[in-house]
Amino acid sequence: MQKTLNIITENVGQIRPDSVDEYIKIGGFEALKKAITMHPLEVIEEIKKSKLQGRGGAAYPTGIKWEQAYYVDKNPKYIICNADEGEPGTFKDKVILDYLPLRLIEGMTIAAYILKSPKGFIYIRGEYPESQRIVSSAIKEAEKMGYLGDDILGTGFSFHIEVLSGAGAYVCGENSALVESSEGKSGRPRIKPPFIKNSGYLGMPTLVNNVETFACVPYIVKEGGEKFAGYGTEFSGGTKLVCLSGNVKNRGVYEVPFGTTLRELIYDIGGGLPEGRKLKFVQLGGSSGPCIPESMLDIKICYKDLKVKGLTLGSGAILVVDDSNCIIDFLKCITEFFYHESCGKCTPCREGNKQLLALVNKFINGSATYNDLETIKKVGQIMKEAAFCGLGETAATAHLSLIKYFEEEFVEHINKKCRANICNFGGDKDGKR
Amino acid sequence: MVNQEIKQKIIEIIEKYKREKEKLVMVLLDVQKLTEFNYIDREWVNIIAEELDIPYTKVYDVLTFYSMFSTKPRGKYIIEICKSAPCHVNKSKEVVAIFEEVLGIKMGETTEDKIFTLQYTSCIGACDISPAVKIGEKVYGNLTKEKIIEIIKEYRGV
Ligand SMILES: Cc1cc2nc3c(=O)[nH]c(=O)nc-3n(C[C@H](O)[C@H](O)[C@H](O)COP(=O)(O)O)c2cc1C
Ligand code: SF4
Repeated sequence: MQKTLNIITENVGQIRPDSVDEYIKIGGFEALKKAITMHPLEVIEEIKKSKLQGRGGAAYPTGIKWEQAYYVDKNPKYIICNADEGEPGTFKDKVILDYLPLRLIEGMTIAAYILKSPKGFIYIRGEYPESQRIVSSAIKEAEKMGYLGDDILGTGFSFHIEVLSGAGAYVCGENSALVESSEGKSGRPRIKPPFIKNSGYLGMPTLVNNVETFACVPYIVKEGGEKFAGYGTEFSGGTKLVCLSGNVKNRGVYEVPFGTTLRELIYDIGGGLPEGRKLKFVQLGGSSGPCIPESMLDIKICYKDLKVKGLTLGSGAILVVDDSNCIIDFLKCITEFFYHESCGKCTPCREGNKQLLALVNKFINGSATYNDLETIKKVGQIMKEAAFCGLGETAATAHLSLIKYFEEEFVEHINKKCRANICNFGGDKDGKR
Repeated sequence: MVNQEIKQKIIEIIEKYKREKEKLVMVLLDVQKLTEFNYIDREWVNIIAEELDIPYTKVYDVLTFYSMFSTKPRGKYIIEICKSAPCHVNKSKEVVAIFEEVLGIKMGETTEDKIFTLQYTSCIGACDISPAVKIGEKVYGNLTKEKIIEIIKEYRGV
């Protein structure tokens, strides 16, 4: 049975990414041509029917977001494509940026047409300089050919796109921080309300969507929302780009229909683990996501099924971790990430991550007690409830889920035992890294 | 004394972005590439603040907020080792140890000849070839000791 599809990733690698001619040969810009003959609300209706939910992590229904944006009575409206792709283990937006940037540009232009937006930005993380060049070149080519820029397709409607670069800050993926950063400032999240949809870039209404979300739009407009929805489950429409990484044979980005199980993904598509290794756990959705044991792999990739189990798919990162790894050593890597990336604006996150790191280090150097285990849970819970933005709210997700499913390994470390033989208690005070 | 040549180049960069305050991050990214030392000098911050009419402290805030900026001179080639979880479970610690051994410096340091700086980076989107590093704009993956020695040789040869 065919396990992967290519609705969004069709023709990846087959055309020159910045060639408008080659993009047109594979059906490019047909959706834009169709959209300009439709009423904006008709386009929005198709997107609603498609059951498309934001692919950046929060899974907000795209049709509803666009409808709200349409009814905001303030101009000009701006459009920002979130190509910050900061969630560790996520490298799917890069596939679209590098191979099909014109599909993203087409999706954004359709959004712009609906909102009568004069200007959009593609905010690409600083770690992807090559992608920035490819996308900039595609923008220029699309402008030359009349699909972007002034007087698009003779409609009198003009829309310009500019590429902005990030400079290495994970929090800038959060939509209000993204707007701050797009304005050239430090990317610290804003207090909400006012929401970005009403008061975003330079105080004007702003639509923020992920790269993959925009890239789904041309297919939906061209083929109809129902057809797109048909690929997925009852609650999650279409396909999802998932990023398989870690201790698995075939690492990479795969487009799969919603409804695929994690087991199918890891063993059938991913080819399983390298010889002689055993799966220990899987982290879903990047470093901010939960870690789940082998026994839960039959769960389907579907926003609703995951939610019922208290899980999220996040950006689509799926990290496979084998038994040569130590849970605590892994957790240290995660904690250092959040400690480094916390913007410091609010206390629960700034201080919480500091405490979490100190606590995890105690487990690594053999000085942890049962009390410390309880403190991790307590601090994690406080962060989840009291942090100012999604970064702090999710920073302890890995900790809490690992304690839930692998508490005995924490206890082993209290007793100075590391079954993976990675932590050398007391030998090196900070542990190795 | 500010080097007039650098000042001129900074102003050119600011002009390229039409003197828009919103382009501060873009300006800083370009200014950092002006010399071989991959950093932004305090003096240059002054020029940028004046030319863009943004308070010095604001520019400095932005400069220190983003991890890709450095206020201290670095090597010509910055070797950035991915510190994210997917590389971690593919044993990036060993990669760190090999680079440290081959270059004779620790993480965060610059070689005496000012050719290499060794530092961590967040995920570079090369998880399919982890453990991975980025040198300048180039990404290298599936690293082994032999491969690392080859890569260093290649750059030293330049
Ligand atoms: C700390 C943090 C980091 C985020 N990083 C990203 C990111 O890199 N890319 C992205 O598309 N969304 C990211 N998001 C989600 C965005 O805030 C936002 O929900 C999304 O871009 C909206 O687009 P969508 O509805 O198309 O998903 C992040 C959120 C948080 C809290
Ligand atoms: S939760 Fe963390 S990243 Fe978010 S505002 Fe607070 S300190 Fe900043």
